[in-house]
Amino acid sequence: MNLLQVDQLHKRFGGLHAVSDVSFAVRQGQIKAVIGPNGAGKTTLFNLISGALPVTSGRVIFKGKAIQGKKPYQIASRGIARTYQNIKMFSGMTALENVMVGRHTRSRAGFMASMFNLPGTPAEERAIRAQAMDLLQLLDIADVADIPATSLAFGQQRAVELARALAMEPELLLLDEPAAGLNIYETAEVGRLISKIRDLGITVLLVEHDMSLVMDISDEIVVLSFGQKIAEDLPAAIQQNPDVIKIYLGEE
Amino acid sequence: MKRLLSIAPLLVAIIAIQLLCAATGTLYYLTQMTMSAYYALLIIGLCVLMGYAGQISLGHGGFFAIGGYISAALTTHNLEPLQENVLVAALNSLGLLHAGVDLYGGTFLVVTPWVACIVAILAAVLISYLIGVPVLKLKGHYLAMATLGFGIIIYRVVLASEYFGEADGISGVPGFTLVPGLTVSGDFSGRIQNYYIAWGLLIIGLILLLNLIDSRVGRALRAIHGSSEAADAMGVNTARFKIQTFVLSAVFAAIAGVFLTHYNGGIGPSEASVMKSVRYVALVAVGGMAHLWGALTMGVLLNFLSLRGVFGSYDDAVFGLILILIMLFAPNGILSLRWRPGLAKQVDEKGDG
Ligand SMILES: Nc1ncnc2c1ncn2[C@@H]1O[C@H](COP(=O)(O)OP(=O)(O)OP(=O)(O)O)[C@@H](O)[C@H]1O
Ligand SMILES: [Mg+2]
Repeated sequence: MNLLQVDQLHKRFGGLHAVSDVSFAVRQGQIKAVIGPNGAGKTTLFNLISGALPVTSGRVIFKGKAIQGKKPYQIASRGIARTYQNIKMFSGMTALENVMVGRHTRSRAGFMASMFNLPGTPAEERAIRAQAMDLLQLLDIADVADIPATSLAFGQQRAVELARALAMEPELLLLDEPAAGLNIYETAEVGRLISKIRDLGITVLLVEHDMSLVMDISDEIVVLSFGQKIAEDLPAAIQQNPDVIKIYLGEE
Repeated sequence: MKRLLSIAPLLVAIIAIQLLCAATGTLYYLTQMTMSAYYALLIIGLCVLMGYAGQISLGHGGFFAIGGYISAALTTHNLEPLQENVLVAALNSLGLLHAGVDLYGGTFLVVTPWVACIVAILAAVLISYLIGVPVLKLKGHYLAMATLGFGIIIYRVVLASEYFGEADGISGVPGFTLVPGLTVSGDFSGRIQNYYIAWGLLIIGLILLLNLIDSRVGRALRAIHGSSEAADAMGVNTARFKIQTFVLSAVFAAIAGVFLTHYNGGIGPSEASVMKSVRYVALVAVGGMAHLWGALTMGVLLNFLSLRGVFGSYDDAVFGLILILIMLFAPNGILSLRWRPGLAKQVDEKGDG
């Protein structure tokens, strides 16, 4: 079953076609990678799927329903979570609080319930805290739970961002260069983690420059260049694809 | 329980001040302490809007005035000549009106304070919602300008309309009996009682807001402040949360207006002036922006000094100066509100940022 399908998706910035009539599908339970040189339109593609940017034309279909044109918070509550290439921590909040925000769509206390501490609110709050703590433990950063997120080391911030996205219990997780800026050990760890996330039943769409990581864990790969899809295949076939070799060699 | 412990020192201080004033024969201080508590109620509400939701309002004097003026007008305007009116008759038969005899033996018929208070709060909810929906789409100093415009409109309306007493305002506002034996009024005999009513109300407000910022909603508000884009991607309906916070802070301002007006026995147009709104913003800023305790402390302290006349004829200038100093030396406060729209735009539009 296709969990996500993008159909003739197009995004223009003035005269620049950042994403140009791109179509592909992501099957339930897959790890699918999107690769391509700098400026190929990978992040823009993620912004279109998550609703952060309006599409110029084309469709995004998630669980059989068109979601393009919906607000990011609506798309998030339908089950799509994301991380950012340039980390976006909630400044002024601790690592734990950052992850607790991730429980937002899975909890309900509103203004009245919160102010008057209505029945059910304290229990919900305890559950949110416990779930967030479990995720910090899963990502091995429980020891920094109470430290302001923006003062954490780079790799730890990436982990907090991942925990925060997982806290949403998404069906589809969009990861934009999760290994950027990490050393080889940390990168290998991220690879194991992504496989683990897939084993939890979460479908992953991954943008990544680290080729060994991508080849290692992806089920399928889409290649973008100047906004266009130039290939879509299994990792082994992508490695042999002359067009792909050309753009990567051309880039060097 | 934890919450009660955290406010225990405040409770002790409130009682200590009252006992000290009683012991030293300086009970007149309690009058300004009472008024300051009502102003502080507005200021802690504004603190949640500015410090936690990151939205500025230069129009909160307007919401205070909406509360004060509506309850003043409803509880003083004589409806007796309109007795035959269907609406008035219906209200009267529902027991929502109060008939009495004035000092000169004339009879009158007015709205009871409880009903007036509820009407005033509902008006604040409605108006803040209608203003908030379009205005909160704006950022930085566009938002400041728009809320300033709202404040100016309210000021001109009360100044120009006969119903609201024009330049004289409204006087002769009766006491507000909350429950039998507990009346908000400036009566000399009720001074101590009113001190505790005001502070009781402020503490209830403080507890509600402390609960709020410690909750799922408070986290969402702080997340919006931390990264609006990421909050959105976490499923936070940022527009709705901003509007709800705006309405909440307007209700706090209106309640402060209602109570202070009954306490003072009247209200004048200066309460709706832009200088008042600027003062409230300055007090939130000097309190540390995202800091309810700071807003409360500064709100009480500086209003008390102002009401005691310590600043003399430089009263408004002092608050202007405070604002300038905060802008210059407390970048974490005011600057985190993104008053520089150029910068705010850049950050917001960078896409993946
Ligand atoms: N908000 C925007 N406004 C205008 N142009 C943009 C915007 N976002 C991206 N672009 C442009 O669109 C093109 C694609 O950018 P995008 O960030 O999607 O590339 P990318 O594949 O993620 O690159 P990288 O590997 O460097 O992250 C680039 O030329 C970029 O300058
Ligand atoms: Mg990118």
